[in-house]
Amino acid sequence: MTPDLHLWLIPLVPFAGFLVNGLLGRKAPRPFVTAIALIASLIPAIQVAVIVTKFGTLTLPYLEHHGAWIAAGAFHADFSFQLDQLTLVMLCVITGVGFLIHLYSVGYMAEEDGYWRFFAYMNLFLFFMLTLVLAENFLLMFVGWEGVGLASYLLIGFWFTRDSAANAGKKAFIVNRIGDFGFLIALFLLIAHFGSLSFGSVFAQIGARPDWQGGFLTAIALFLFLGAAGKSAQIPLYIWLPDAMEGPTPVSALIHAATMVTAGVYMVARTHLIYDRSPLALSVVAIIGVSTAFFAATIGILQTDIKRVLAYSTVSQLGYMFLACGVAAYSAGIFHLVTHAFFKALLFLAAGSIMHALSGEQDMRKMGGLRRKIPVTFWTMTAAVLAISGAPPLAGFVSKDEILYQAFISPNGGKVLWAVGLFTAGLTSFYMFRLWYLTFFGERRTAETLEEDRAAPVHARADTKLTLEADPHAHPVHESPWVMLIPLIILAILSVIGGWMGWPEGLGGSNWFAHFLSPAVNTVHLSYEQTTVALAAGTAATPTPAPAGDKQLEMLLALVSTAVAFFGWLFAHILYFAKPELPARLATRLHGAYTLIKNKYWVDEIYGALIVAPVLFLARWILGILIDRVVIDGGTLTAGYTAQGFGALIARIQSGNIRSYAGWLAFFAAILLLVSWFGLTTHFCLR
Amino acid sequence: MVPIAYYLVLSAILFSIGVAAFLIKRNIITVFMSIELMLNAVNLAFIAFSRQWSQITGHLQVNGQIFVFFVMVVAAAEAAVGLAIIIAVFRARNTLNIDSIDLMKL
Amino acid sequence: MHLVLFIIFAGLCVAGALNLLLQRHPINSALSLIVVMSSLAVLYLLLGAEFLAAAQVIVYSGAIMVLFTFVIMLLNAGKEERTHGSKLAYIAGFPGAAALLGLLAFIFISRRGDFGQARIGDYLATTSDLSRVLFKDLLLPFEVTSILILIAILGAVALARKEH
Repeated sequence: MTPDLHLWLIPLVPFAGFLVNGLLGRKAPRPFVTAIALIASLIPAIQVAVIVTKFGTLTLPYLEHHGAWIAAGAFHADFSFQLDQLTLVMLCVITGVGFLIHLYSVGYMAEEDGYWRFFAYMNLFLFFMLTLVLAENFLLMFVGWEGVGLASYLLIGFWFTRDSAANAGKKAFIVNRIGDFGFLIALFLLIAHFGSLSFGSVFAQIGARPDWQGGFLTAIALFLFLGAAGKSAQIPLYIWLPDAMEGPTPVSALIHAATMVTAGVYMVARTHLIYDRSPLALSVVAIIGVSTAFFAATIGILQTDIKRVLAYSTVSQLGYMFLACGVAAYSAGIFHLVTHAFFKALLFLAAGSIMHALSGEQDMRKMGGLRRKIPVTFWTMTAAVLAISGAPPLAGFVSKDEILYQAFISPNGGKVLWAVGLFTAGLTSFYMFRLWYLTFFGERRTAETLEEDRAAPVHARADTKLTLEADPHAHPVHESPWVMLIPLIILAILSVIGGWMGWPEGLGGSNWFAHFLSPAVNTVHLSYEQTTVALAAGTAATPTPAPAGDKQLEMLLALVSTAVAFFGWLFAHILYFAKPELPARLATRLHGAYTLIKNKYWVDEIYGALIVAPVLFLARWILGILIDRVVIDGGTLTAGYTAQGFGALIARIQSGNIRSYAGWLAFFAAILLLVSWFGLTTHFCLR
Repeated sequence: MVPIAYYLVLSAILFSIGVAAFLIKRNIITVFMSIELMLNAVNLAFIAFSRQWSQITGHLQVNGQIFVFFVMVVAAAEAAVGLAIIIAVFRARNTLNIDSIDLMKL
Repeated sequence: MHLVLFIIFAGLCVAGALNLLLQRHPINSALSLIVVMSSLAVLYLLLGAEFLAAAQVIVYSGAIMVLFTFVIMLLNAGKEERTHGSKLAYIAGFPGAAALLGLLAFIFISRRGDFGQARIGDYLATTSDLSRVLFKDLLLPFEVTSILILIAILGAVALARKEH
């Protein structure tokens, strides 16, 4: 007997929270707003926990139908929710991490005027994100997809009076829109080929026709991936994510690290059946994923804003997730999504804690020596840095290693993907430890001390000295309140032990996670040769079974990854702790590469010149002046002036001069007489 | 024996002269008098037609003449009021030239 | 004989009308109009409308034109100055008037057979004939005209009064 889970409550409680806080929050007292916000994010978490306990008793996929939405002839889309293992994993992440971040925000945003607005938008975001993962059809998922984009825009531009924040919000929304265009095209293709947008119907139809491969399925997959690239900040649509750091730090943690940007990965995993039938699409996903990972990591090593480093790190880690999906290791991708949510959210929240301690300072060149002043933040952030760098046995190690292993053993160039991914892991370790050293070690650098070494790039000094007196304006460096520290601690614990649920078999574990998730993301592995042979022969391609796990290979690769992570730490230690003058020398020696990377490869500028400038030109000159002002305004004004001109002409009849009136009278009386004499009026009258 | 058509032609002539006078003259009072002239021309036409109708039907028809009666009454009333207006206008503008009374223009 | 009378008095009418047109001083125009009206009274007589002829002389020449003369005298209207009022009156008006005249004359003359001839002494309309129609069939309009005259008096008095 399948219990009634009331799935609809999960998204609707945060929506109710949004309504209450949105409508009443402005005048309501702070505790009221806080209570509503926390309750609206806690209740879904509790409900998900209850579902977890009941999970074994459910028949999957569990469907809830809540009424029809569109019924147009043969096509219909309904308000339906579904639950299976994949959705449950996402729900746990969203509600769990979401609640922790709400709790954190109570402390972080305590001094904001727009407190109520912030929590209203956060609850709105939760509503849309939960709709996205609970949706049973593409259309409802698209509602959530668009909605999280909206919430992201609202929250990035939270301090809307700041130009940079408003522009960042616009940029995020517009770039997302480009991705959404791809998603929409995919939806249209789905309707055209399958006649339905319901997951169940589409996947059943695909499953029933094993001879469908490539062709239109590739098109659908690629367009869906375009949407994912927009939402999950992959090349070429990643440019919005670094700018999105204009928003408050909890926003960056929740939306741009843990949940919204992972929507693309979720979508690819959900529609994996389509991708499985198209090796071309999978290759595209893998190549773009690993290129983005590498590209973003290279940019991250030279950023000076702490949040920007984390933003590029997010882009890079998302690339890893797509790499996993691209080699059809969907469960590995989702696993990395989960662990990444833990440690990336922790990194952002800890960065927020650092900024809170330093009264808003974000530039790492002005940090340093914080290790003893904010110990809790320090230790939790250390856990996160270790996790993301892939130090065993923390969470990041397990998930990243799984991805690299799956990449290595996948056919068709998997080794190249593995190599690039490995190198990127080294870069990741390097720039995370760089951040760690610059922020916590050495002596505190303030604006005054910075003046002395203006020209040099960042470095940390080996000796420690108190420089508190140098900055009398801010209040002294202090630890954050407990309401901000508790989420940090919880996430730190999860970053450490979170990987253990997916401990790979090669290293002695049972990989519970992959087995749990496999009914939802069961992969059917096809390769190019199989599909081409099958298409030529007119039969269905027979898939090779997934390559058997080679335990020794796994162990070896894990050792290699650990070694690479260690070397990343070593380089960071040398450059930023032991020999702090070295970065300056390297920068001048490799000046060209340094400038290129420091300027983020000038991607924003290139886009600006190639895309934005022509569009602006088109809008301003062609559409704005030529069509709007000349053609449309000109047309209507001409009509107006013509009428006016005629009117002026005729108005001369009314000259006020009696004699001219008499003249007209006589004239027209004569005309009337003539007309009636010649019988014309009788013709008209008789009609 | 005079053909009735001659009366009618005379009426037309008088009417046209009235219109012409209306158009040419610049003194308000003269213009007003030209209106009276036009009315008189029309009266003549009415009486001529009433005579013609009597001749057609064979016994006396006086309806045309009744109409002239009423026209006279109305002309008298109109002349009284019109001249009063002219006096009022003259008091305001101190001129009798209709070309200078053109405040109603657009 | 009848025709001669007609021609004399018709000529007087036209001459008076033309004089009204051509004179510069309004008093001359007024006097010409009196001539026109008196001649018209004779023509009415020729057509057999004896009451109306009398009324024409009494009401029109005797009252209305006297009123006009009084006003001219009161306002001390002098010779007309030449002003340029409206060219339009000449451009559109004259052709209109000329067309009117031409068309009407053409109609009347081309149909003169339909109109017949008028002989003096036939179909005399006596006062009793007129009053029979006036007080029996058209009593209401008659009474209404009395109100009309009353209103005209009131209006004239109100308009011409000096403002205090």
